[in-house]
Amino acid sequence: MGLFGKKGELPALQPPRPGAAGAADFFVTRMEEMVSWARKNSLWPFPFATACCGIEFMSVAAAHYDISRFGSEVVRFSPRQADLLIVAGTVTDKMAPVLRKIYDQMPEPKWVISMGVCASSGGFYRAYHVTQGIDEIIPVDVYVPGCPPTPEQLIYGIMELQKKIASGEKSRDSRSAKFAAEQLS
Amino acid sequence: MTVALETALSPAAERVRERVAASPVAGRAEVVDRDLPTIEVSPKDWPTLARFLRDDPGCRYDLFLDLCGVDNLRRRGQKTRYEAVVHLHSLPSNERVRVRVLLPDAENPSLPTVCDTYPAANWFEREAYDLFGFEVPGHPNLHRLLCHDAFVGHPLRKDYAPGQRWFFAEEDLRMPEWSKETDVRAGHFETQTISIGPSHPATHGIIHLVVRLDGERIVRAETMIGYLHRCFEKMAEKHHWNQIIPYTDRLNYVSAMLNGVGYVRTVEKMLGMEIPDRGRLARTILSEFSRIMDHCVCIGANLVDIGALTNFIYLYQNRENIYDLLEACCGARLTVSYVRVGGLAVDVPEDFVARCRALLESIPVLIDDVEKLVTNNRIIRNRLSGTGVVTKEQAVAWGMTGPMLRASGVPYDVRRAHPYDFYDKFDWDIPISQDGDNFARYLVRIEEMRQSLKIIRQALDVFPAKGPINSDDWRVVLPPKDAVYHDMESLIYHFKLTMEGIRVPAGERYEWIEGANGELGYYAISDGRGGPYRLKVRPPCFPNMAAFEQIVVGGTVSDAIATLGTLNVIAGELDR
Repeated sequence: MGLFGKKGELPALQPPRPGAAGAADFFVTRMEEMVSWARKNSLWPFPFATACCGIEFMSVAAAHYDISRFGSEVVRFSPRQADLLIVAGTVTDKMAPVLRKIYDQMPEPKWVISMGVCASSGGFYRAYHVTQGIDEIIPVDVYVPGCPPTPEQLIYGIMELQKKIASGEKSRDSRSAKFAAEQLS
Repeated sequence: MTVALETALSPAAERVRERVAASPVAGRAEVVDRDLPTIEVSPKDWPTLARFLRDDPGCRYDLFLDLCGVDNLRRRGQKTRYEAVVHLHSLPSNERVRVRVLLPDAENPSLPTVCDTYPAANWFEREAYDLFGFEVPGHPNLHRLLCHDAFVGHPLRKDYAPGQRWFFAEEDLRMPEWSKETDVRAGHFETQTISIGPSHPATHGIIHLVVRLDGERIVRAETMIGYLHRCFEKMAEKHHWNQIIPYTDRLNYVSAMLNGVGYVRTVEKMLGMEIPDRGRLARTILSEFSRIMDHCVCIGANLVDIGALTNFIYLYQNRENIYDLLEACCGARLTVSYVRVGGLAVDVPEDFVARCRALLESIPVLIDDVEKLVTNNRIIRNRLSGTGVVTKEQAVAWGMTGPMLRASGVPYDVRRAHPYDFYDKFDWDIPISQDGDNFARYLVRIEEMRQSLKIIRQALDVFPAKGPINSDDWRVVLPPKDAVYHDMESLIYHFKLTMEGIRVPAGERYEWIEGANGELGYYAISDGRGGPYRLKVRPPCFPNMAAFEQIVVGGTVSDAIATLGTLNVIAGELDR
């Protein structure tokens, strides 16, 4: 993952201190990668749990699947304290403005996982009151299929997002990407 | 012969006819015999009849169950375009009646309110106004309930296109009139109005509560729902009978199996078919496990809301264990889609009984652990005892059923009052409490889980190891694949069932089971096609939630959160 620099650029190790049993005191990496590494391993999710998928999200957060193994167990119910929006469940046209508002309230940088087919495309609710996918309203980073997705699927989605963050790819939201670029420049 | 059929009423219908003949609307209301005794009445007589049905000592229909609008535009042989179908239950006599209010005006259908007689009718009438455009003269708060406020038209009318959406923006949201006024009284601080929800950790699913606070006390509240209105009923009209089963799973997604069982029972009753005992027992066992799952989430989430996180982990482990059983049966964890009209989708796994018995060992341990942590916990007692009190009279008037009603002291359980499957053969008790507060509801749910285990244990004892699980009526159940490949007739049945759906005879039926949070009823109308003409769910938490805005007045915000948890509101079922 580039934590120790790119291939071929071995970090310059200092000789070990006397008594420290061969351990290195520091390593060299790029600032950008260090920040990405920290971000991807401490995603604080805001569970926008509206329906059935919310129950599966509860499974992911509970003891058996234990999302904290991926550094994401600090579930925040205030958008101001979260950087990952997990939209779990059907979003209706009545709920759509609320979702947009919550997304706008989240600080940069932020990512969105669309959990389940209802959030991704409206699912089998092709009907008069159901938003046909949340990407009508907000940008989405990872779509997790399933009705509802199994906890493994959601965890896979989170891991995919972690890869994306680690690779340095910016959020799909242009403002978010711009902000992140400014922060790092 | 036809004449004889029309005049010979069942004893129940005969009794209803006698009572109606003695009522103020005698001569203007007609009693016919369907699956339930049915009274047909005009809208202007409806409030009078409603009051009579509630108060007359020979009727005492005190529980208002359901109000279902029907648009007869594409249905032959009906007297009026619109009608409202009401189901009433009498707790003293354990009898039911259906009232069809025929609305003669096809342009501006008008249904006078019965809110003063049955407070439970309030939200049902708003729903009919919203989805069918029935004017409800005399209604205290006639606004859209499920659809958003910028919606145009009435979606459950037959001439409304199912996919027609309308744009909704934040400023279109209707806030209650009273919430916009400032309320300054002499000697008081100014009250403030706040919104709890729609996105709030304690509003299970999405519920929007607008409250006016005086200090920390709630002086007025209004609940706004519909944030998860997924158009179940419109979707049902567009699908075949069996295709609706995945939609029913997503009504009360916490106990998906129960919804499916309730739904297919309705269709099976319309078809007049029986399924083999083994299939019924499998359904019973999985239904009771689903009830335990539901109560686990209800109690666990409620305790999380009031700050006790550990119990949630314990209770949720029960769910994970039951998920393993469901996954072995049908491959899905949450939304199982396991039942079919006429039986089950596939046979239960070979180690079904062993798996169930293992669960019977593990579940009580975890329930005991939670009880040790919670039941005598000082903080929990202070938070739950004496808050969210619902008296017996209030519970009945508000149309509550299930643990809510039983915690208020009414021993009404559908499994006892209207036994289906084998519930009358098993030995189990109905837990009740006289307190009617949050703590009583917690205790009732804990005890119900134990009773469910008791039922499962008895069902497993008689569960046949081998035998058919489905009916062998190939007009309803798909024939075995082997036969389809080698036998022309089976192939034809397979084709017809897949392409056209089950042919359910024209008619109507209301069937009800004990859902996890109350009476779960399905009212289906068939016009002989492969799918329903109209399908209405009676969601058990709908009347509970309607009463919420009255229960919380006088308490604090933190009490309201605790109360919302014990109501066990599941948004998928509430908003459909």
